Amino acid sequence: MLLIKNGRVIDPASKTDAALDILLDGDRISKTGTDLQASGAEVFDAKGLVVAPGFIDLHCHLREPGQEMSETIETGTQSAARGGFTAVCCMPNTQPVNDNASVTRSIVERAAAAGAVRVWPIGAASMGSRGEALAEISAMKGAGIVAVSDDGKPVATARLMRQVMEYCTPLGLPVIDHCEDPSLFAGGVMREGPQSLKLGLQGIPAQSESICVGRDVEVALLTGARLHIAHMSTVGSLEYVRIAKKTKLCVTCEVTPHHFTLTDEDVCYDSHYKMNPPLASRSDRDALIAGLADGSVDAIATDHAPHHAASKDVEFDRAPFGIIGFETALALGLNELVHTGKLSLMRLVELFTTGPARVLAMERKIAAGEAADLTIFSTDHEWTYRASGSPSKSQNTPFEGRSFRGAPMATIVAGRVAFCRSM
Amino acid sequence: MLQRLSHLLGTEALTSEQIAFILDQAKPFQEFQRHPLKKLATLRGKTVAMAFFESSTRTRISFTTAAARLGADTMALQAESSSLKKGESLLDTVRTLEAMRPDGIVIRHASSGAPDFVARRLEIPVVNAGDGTHEHPTQALLDALTIRDRKGKLEGRNVTILGDILHSRVARSNIHLLSKFGVRITLCGPAMWVPRELERLAANLRVVHRVEEALDGADVVMVLRVQTERIHEPALAPDEYIAGYQLTPARLRLAQPDALVLHPGPIVRGLEIDSAVADGPQSGVLEQVTNGLAIRMALLYHLIGGAAADAPHPAKDRSNASD
Repeated sequence: MLLIKNGRVIDPASKTDAALDILLDGDRISKTGTDLQASGAEVFDAKGLVVAPGFIDLHCHLREPGQEMSETIETGTQSAARGGFTAVCCMPNTQPVNDNASVTRSIVERAAAAGAVRVWPIGAASMGSRGEALAEISAMKGAGIVAVSDDGKPVATARLMRQVMEYCTPLGLPVIDHCEDPSLFAGGVMREGPQSLKLGLQGIPAQSESICVGRDVEVALLTGARLHIAHMSTVGSLEYVRIAKKTKLCVTCEVTPHHFTLTDEDVCYDSHYKMNPPLASRSDRDALIAGLADGSVDAIATDHAPHHAASKDVEFDRAPFGIIGFETALALGLNELVHTGKLSLMRLVELFTTGPARVLAMERKIAAGEAADLTIFSTDHEWTYRASGSPSKSQNTPFEGRSFRGAPMATIVAGRVAFCRSM
Repeated sequence: MLQRLSHLLGTEALTSEQIAFILDQAKPFQEFQRHPLKKLATLRGKTVAMAFFESSTRTRISFTTAAARLGADTMALQAESSSLKKGESLLDTVRTLEAMRPDGIVIRHASSGAPDFVARRLEIPVVNAGDGTHEHPTQALLDALTIRDRKGKLEGRNVTILGDILHSRVARSNIHLLSKFGVRITLCGPAMWVPRELERLAANLRVVHRVEEALDGADVVMVLRVQTERIHEPALAPDEYIAGYQLTPARLRLAQPDALVLHPGPIVRGLEIDSAVADGPQSGVLEQVTNGLAIRMALLYHLIGGAAADAPHPAKDRSNASD
């Protein structure tokens, strides 16, 4: 038994923001209340800390199987635990691609054996994510996938998207799309704009993303399926999502911490500023923050994308896209959104908990009988991020050396302490 | 006080004082090219690494000759036979070169920002000899020297740059350099190669898509090569480009009567420029080539020679000659 005492419990599902104790028994929450006592229970003093439902990351790359030089399920989930995440959804663009049940099972088994937090795999939408035949979605569902996506690239055509959506609807799986129009993307390496013109780097227009979001919303209208827009980065995409939500479609979206923090003006020839979608314009960034505040955006997702140093330490246009993100996500949310007064703390917690859970048609709350998954964090602990201190195998981050106020302090998964920050 | 350069990565970061200093330092080296014995001992014992990861004829020969005339040795990496073809990374290649202890490295690379990337990791001065579609600073410096010679000064001149601006590192370096001297710059070419957003690169910059409007009143017309190898956009039919944008004698008459015509080379005669213009009295094309030597000698001397800004100029002090 574990008794978490004196914490400030923030539970978006019940709109609770109160000083409460929580008693965990095994892998479940036993009870909540004030001045709880439990003889024999280990006590965690959460005085001055926020106790929230376990954070869910809808979008990450754990690189196993196939790219273990950059990350493994073991190291990636350890990093996730340090970031306060109790469950992470790993994208299927591994080697081999997670497009069949045997790959899904291997991920689930590896996560059970070595994972520090829960791993919920996302299956490919098409075989090999090649955009042709459908992947073995039903069998993967049986093996444990929570969604499908051809992440890394868009679902190739509107016709394939229609088929995937139709097939996934009775299975209860959302379709997650990485939205880009390949003909507009055209080998670009950063957002098109004054900065790409100055740096002489091939630009990607914002419409590369929004055209594809528009297509997907139209296909969702055709099929009535659940659609989730991954790592949304532009105001145009956000407007399509807003329209879809108004028409009562099951369309949701996520925004990454780097897209609500940085802009294309920050891009230099350091490949730690190279990600896909690329860092957007200042007006896009501000629109995303407004969307995070007003409920148009459902979740914050990291798109944790580890790449080993040798692959990133090259010419900008030759470097792979992507940055790591588990351990800076909450701190960026606190510093960029909450401490600046743009979002309430309740809303930020929602974006890490009930928001992503809703995308997966799950619940996330602190109540007796629920899974004992909790994220305990400080809103004012001051620290400086050093990627070298991370259990992740990769250090590709633009946030190296950044100072933060607020940090994950403990991550509890199924009643066990997966991470506890030493003070 | 003049801020010494540690690298030359682009003209964007240079101050007008630094640019003027290099142009002034190049003047005696211009004169020097006419000497019968073209060899100084200024950089004797120094080595300059020539790392041309992208093929180049005139820029590579110009840098190599500039180094030789200063008395420096060069070591060259051949793009075609380089270890890059065997999968070596840029970083490993330049670190290997650096381990042979050169005193500076001149780099040309197809990736924008490659010299910047290299400069952050090496201890020696890095000179950008052209990176992707980013900058080609020595080209802009030699253009400025040519304009100054022919037009007396840069300030207040009207310079029209004609061609594929979007993919041109020469254009970017010229825009940054000329705008620091109050030059009025007009960019002109097919609209998909000359986006309106380019106007945000610098002050006194305008984008015009009709060639007649762009040439009206120009003191200098800079013609760019149509870089077919760097174009990601759908290609434009050559006849369409010629009809719309080729610099012909008739079009040149729209500019100032004594307008100077520049071209960074290599020229594709009959495409971006009519031969009669390229070879005509208003053409400064061959002067540009000679001035390139003077600019590159001035730069290598400044970056590698390490002399104080007010030290006697080596090309004036003939006791320094190795003959």
